Amino acid sequence: MLMKALPQLSDRAMAQSSLDVMRVRADFPILQTKVHGKPLVYFDNGATSHKPQIVIDALNHYYRAENSNIHRGVHHLSEQATAAYEAARGKMRNFINARADQEIIFVRGTTEAINLVAQSYGRSFLKAGDEIIVSAMEHHSNIVPWQMLCEQVGAKLRVIPINHEGEVVMEEYLRLLNDKTKFVSVTHVSNALGTIVPVKEMVAQAHQRGVPVLLDGAQAVPHLKVDVQDLGCDFYAFSGHKMFAPTGVGVLYGRAELLEKMPPYQGGGDMISLVTFEKTHYNGLPYKFEAGTPHIAGGIGLGVAIDYLAKLDWDLVTAHEHRLLSYATEALAAIQGLRIIGTAKEKAGVLSFVFDHVHAHDVGTILDQEGVAVRAGHHCAMPVMQRFGVPATTRASFAFYNTIDEVDVLVRAIERVLKVFG
Amino acid sequence: MSELDELYQEVILDHNKSPRNFRAMAHANRKAEGYNPLCGDHVTVFVQLEDGVIEDISFQGSGCAISKASASLMTAALKGKNESVAQALFENVHKMLTGDASDDRVVDKVGKLQILSGVCKFPARVKCASLAWHTVNAALKGEAQPASTE
Repeated sequence: MLMKALPQLSDRAMAQSSLDVMRVRADFPILQTKVHGKPLVYFDNGATSHKPQIVIDALNHYYRAENSNIHRGVHHLSEQATAAYEAARGKMRNFINARADQEIIFVRGTTEAINLVAQSYGRSFLKAGDEIIVSAMEHHSNIVPWQMLCEQVGAKLRVIPINHEGEVVMEEYLRLLNDKTKFVSVTHVSNALGTIVPVKEMVAQAHQRGVPVLLDGAQAVPHLKVDVQDLGCDFYAFSGHKMFAPTGVGVLYGRAELLEKMPPYQGGGDMISLVTFEKTHYNGLPYKFEAGTPHIAGGIGLGVAIDYLAKLDWDLVTAHEHRLLSYATEALAAIQGLRIIGTAKEKAGVLSFVFDHVHAHDVGTILDQEGVAVRAGHHCAMPVMQRFGVPATTRASFAFYNTIDEVDVLVRAIERVLKVFG
Repeated sequence: MSELDELYQEVILDHNKSPRNFRAMAHANRKAEGYNPLCGDHVTVFVQLEDGVIEDISFQGSGCAISKASASLMTAALKGKNESVAQALFENVHKMLTGDASDDRVVDKVGKLQILSGVCKFPARVKCASLAWHTVNAALKGEAQPASTE
């Protein structure tokens, strides 16, 4: 890291002690966009993040210079594409500190990763009367796959309540864990509230009872350094597109020991070692779970996004994001009639808010006129909206390329909302 | 007038703040629910239909200013109208909201509802404005499934 490399705290080191946001912004061409004649202020990173030029270039380069199918050609291009794709797997292993490349399954995104575990692990190892625990602040993609599994095998979904700040009530979690519990699936960072969930402790508690745990890391990976071995989880699911990589590619990390025991999720090419009409032998990990031609360019782009993130000083990134969130929280809390939804002590990247007399959609439309992009709605977390008794919220979600000045634009834009609605 | 001012005109803000016919109706003989699954807007429309005439109409639900004002304006426009007039109005309002250029005089055919014409500049909000209309359409047809903007 830069700070440590410098011999002493010189003026230069002082200047480097905060993230050079302007330099970072120059890496993301879309940030130059004008919206309704005003500079784009992109606060919808929770929905998807933007891509740095080198990721965009990687997609272009793949189709121009390497395009061919992987794992099957003996020709030059196929070898190159295979090497680039598999190199991305290695980068990803390193990025989340998995033990081996074979524990990195490339999927379409978080949703597919969770469905894979629910259908492959769940249908094989859960039965009628078993219980699955999720929290009350899950995204629909960490609720519905388990409901589908419950219908298929007769298992029961149990829900850990959250308190008024939007934190998991740990005593309730411990009460829900019992001999019938056969799986726990919780989010690492809440997409609607920004809460950082104490997942390491929750994994440890589940493991005391021998219960495997999946963590939904979709909103965590862009903000936190994730170490799957340190967290101790059995599965970790996330999407590339929220971490500055292309859409359509994501990762399921699974402990090899569990993945080995699980049957394939989809059948097809690449996931087999021998096919006859009498019997098919499945391929080994990770290919057993990667049927069909994957999003090769996306996978390579994901690898390049990891290269990009690795060059950033994450202590500075974390400090900058923390400053953005606390500055925005303070500025918005000062606006009359505005109520922040999700006030957990540990939060990352998300600020959700409501007005009693203005609906989130009207807020979103007026903010857009000022160039400010936010999400307005239920954030695919309808039970969270229900818990807080609101139909929808406006959500500003940050990335490291956002600035304090942009937060000021948001505040002024909200003032315009109040002018329209009185 | 800016596009935004055109969208949020005084009349719309007023109907949002004090929606007309915003109540449940015990004597309704037609009723339908409408959802906008993308945003969670929800409306129930109640109709008392006698000999093909909308004798009474009301709504309840939650949603943004556009969806609420549109529902309120709709109930005011449809009260006392017969089914075929209602159907024609539905079609013209739909054309106006979606900016259908095939009929450049459509705003003249919708009377007071032309206050909603600003919506067509905001494609993301067209469904907010049309939800109540889809719902009343379902109510008049007696459809069992909730209406949806999808």
